[in-house]
Amino acid sequence: MIEGKVNGKGAMALDASAMGHSASLSRRTLWNYGATALIWGSAILTCLLLAFLMGYIFYRGIPYLSVDLLTSQSSYVRQTVGILPNLLNTLYIIIVAMVIVLPLGIGAAVYLTEYAANKKLVSMIEFATEALTGIPSIIFGLAGMVLFIEMFGIKQGILAGGLTLVMMILPVIIRTTQESLKTVPAAYREGSLAMGSSKWHMIRTVVLPNAVDGIVTGCILSVGRIVGESAALLFTVGFGLIINDFFTALESSSATLTVALYVYASERGETGVAFAIAVILMSLTLLLNIAANLSAKKLKKS
Amino acid sequence: MDSIMDIRNLNLWYGDHKVLHDISVSLPKNQITALIGPSGCGKSTFLKTLNRMNDLVEGVKITGDVLYNGEDIYDPKLDVTWLRKHIGMVFQKPNPFPMSIYDNIAYGPRVHGITSKVKLDAIVEKSLKDAAIWTEVKDRLNKPALGLSGGQQQRICIARALAVEPDILLMDESTSALDPISTSKIEELALELKKKYTVIMVTHNMQQAVRISDYCAFFLLGDLIEFNKTEDMFSMPKDKRTEDYITGRSG
Ligand SMILES: Nc1ncnc2c1ncn2[C@@H]1O[C@H](COP(=O)(O)OP(=O)(O)OP(=O)(O)O)[C@@H](O)[C@H]1O
Ligand SMILES: [Mg+2]
Repeated sequence: MIEGKVNGKGAMALDASAMGHSASLSRRTLWNYGATALIWGSAILTCLLLAFLMGYIFYRGIPYLSVDLLTSQSSYVRQTVGILPNLLNTLYIIIVAMVIVLPLGIGAAVYLTEYAANKKLVSMIEFATEALTGIPSIIFGLAGMVLFIEMFGIKQGILAGGLTLVMMILPVIIRTTQESLKTVPAAYREGSLAMGSSKWHMIRTVVLPNAVDGIVTGCILSVGRIVGESAALLFTVGFGLIINDFFTALESSSATLTVALYVYASERGETGVAFAIAVILMSLTLLLNIAANLSAKKLKKS
Repeated sequence: MDSIMDIRNLNLWYGDHKVLHDISVSLPKNQITALIGPSGCGKSTFLKTLNRMNDLVEGVKITGDVLYNGEDIYDPKLDVTWLRKHIGMVFQKPNPFPMSIYDNIAYGPRVHGITSKVKLDAIVEKSLKDAAIWTEVKDRLNKPALGLSGGQQQRICIARALAVEPDILLMDESTSALDPISTSKIEELALELKKKYTVIMVTHNMQQAVRISDYCAFFLLGDLIEFNKTEDMFSMPKDKRTEDYITGRSG
């Protein structure tokens, strides 16, 4: 009798706990399903948005894309529309900005991570570079205009625009370079110094070669930013749509692709050309992003 | 016994933390000296004062004299590059550079200004032979050194150190990351090397100290407790603390 009772109680207790268990389980599965659905939903929405955006831009832009457009310049007299000058200007500004920013940025990063003894100062500079990366680019544009054009008297053009971009990209290059310098194992540095290397020899032979992947990736991403940047350039490069050689372009009004897009879309009402430029810009930035990913992977492997 | 390094009243601090207390010892030439003692007693620190690798540590302070062939290596006028050419170092974990085997070995000679391909070829071959790894790698000199096994990598590091023809080779637990076979290869190598070089090695392995060292220094909490011929130290330690440590009662 007693045994039976105990058994009965035990069974009941077991039952109750099983019920409680299954209730909490089902609540959890419900929650899981909900969360999964939400995640999938937003993922699909994002993809759809991207597909729609790209589809729409390509749909509107591709009909206007032609060899003619890419190889000629706009002229009211001859009634032609072409974006060759803007393609060239974008190339020029990449060259100007990168030629200045690379030695500056890599040099600064090497100095900060390898030489600077004042740790407080270094962390202050690191904080400043971090803060700079978050500033809206239109503010760089404004600062560039005041500094280079009004104060230094540089004429609107590729040089003033390039210098403005340098201000904007310098923190990025410094940061990515610093990050990759820091990943070089201490064992390599010690090994090199123990062989009698000077500090600079060590940096040149074991530190920089092992940081090159990060530096290259940072460069490609920076080129991507240059290609896509518009706000920082609106006040500094000018709206010029005429073809110039590199040295003339430095100090004459020269719209890059992004600025030209703005000019065609808002000032001239030529939305077709604007969409064609958009197609080019999107393809270029996409390619640069893929290149950055590939280079990061490939250089890591070798 | 001919000494190659004379250490006199050496004290070392990391910041406020005093790590070496008044160490005085003469290290014998063309012999293997083992540094033993429990973890944290300052063996690596002591070893690194001998080629001034401690200079890299922030906040380090050193007093006393470290003489190499009678010359004070902490003399401000002394050229550290010159010093490290004469006193090479092999680390605990193999650390070949991520470059070809050839470039690893040629690294030191290049630092010291040798550029002739013919000379470098000869140095690379000789160093790899001295480090007993020539036959294993002679067909793949242009392959990355990181593709080798841990034991092979460590012998590459030894060859790299030998390539500048040092007088002294410092080894900090250079076999502790290796398997028994690689370890015995490196031990044989050390025995071979002492004909031409002086070897000073940190080891946690008492058998290893007995097997290959001629002299032995026992450190405890930053003090040099005992320095003696290895066989004497292990057969009749003078200090109770040495005895406790080598018989495994402490440490
Ligand atoms: N770079 C450093 N900065 C501050 N303190 C250090 C530094 N390196 C070592 N120490 C301290 O100095 C003491 C001696 O360290 P050391 O590495 O010389 O010991 P060790 O005998 O080699 O030990 P192990 O057998 O574990 O390698 C330890 O207390 C350690 O914490
Ligand atoms: Mg140690």
